[in-house]
Amino acid sequence: MFSRSLASSFLRQAARPAAAASRAPLSAFRAPISPLTPFQIRLLSDTTRTAIDKAIASAPVVLFMKGTPETPQCGFSRAVIQILGIQGVSPEKFAAFNVLEDPELRAGIKEYSDWPTIPQLYVDKQFVGGCDILVSMHQNGDLQKLFEEQKVLVEGEEGEKKE
Amino acid sequence: MASITEASLREAITQRLGAIHVEVTDMSGGCGQAFTSLIVSPQFEDLKSLKRHRLVNTALKDEIAAIHAWTAKCQTPQEWEKEKDTAAPSLDGTVGGHVEGTSQ
Repeated sequence: MFSRSLASSFLRQAARPAAAASRAPLSAFRAPISPLTPFQIRLLSDTTRTAIDKAIASAPVVLFMKGTPETPQCGFSRAVIQILGIQGVSPEKFAAFNVLEDPELRAGIKEYSDWPTIPQLYVDKQFVGGCDILVSMHQNGDLQKLFEEQKVLVEGEEGEKKE
Repeated sequence: MASITEASLREAITQRLGAIHVEVTDMSGGCGQAFTSLIVSPQFEDLKSLKRHRLVNTALKDEIAAIHAWTAKCQTPQEWEKEKDTAAPSLDGTVGGHVEGTSQ
């Protein structure tokens, strides 16, 4: 399932090189449903945590968002996608996960990052921030610096600089 | 929890974060689901952006969990002094000051 979604995201990338790839929900979230004890309900399950670990490691730049890069379902997610586009993040180094497709991911990522809102951006497995932080890092040049250091920008093309 | 309003958030921020200046704007178009804020507090001194937001998120944990969208601009008194005339809550991610998809 994961591979199928990968294949389709590559097709989409090929068709729309500027657009970022999006991937289907994490396969681990399709684990057989077993009755949860109150203890398990309160804590991020190991399965979810492992699935999020994998998601974060799936690309150098990983965004948890509402909707897909092509059709964001929330203004904050859209703003972050636009910023990543302006910066020139390479689609090959980018993965997006739609939390609206997966209630467990939607709740789990908040606890995992200790961050109450979505979108959330990870670069090199490190939590960078949400929309507010990314907007200010975009404006003050920190984001460009980070992306250049991590070598995640489209080669031969400097990210458009914002005054 | 009692319903969250601009005033209740302003009071919570002032009390819990020792803010010397707070602006809170409801950007949901009135349904009380989306707020943007400017918070000026000496507690942000020497903290990077991520740490400042984490401080706010912790102080307003229950409030933020209960609403749909939350945006904060966190400044120290010194930073605010410099751009006092122009500083205002961020409207990034909104359309004309309103946030889309509040039904999600």
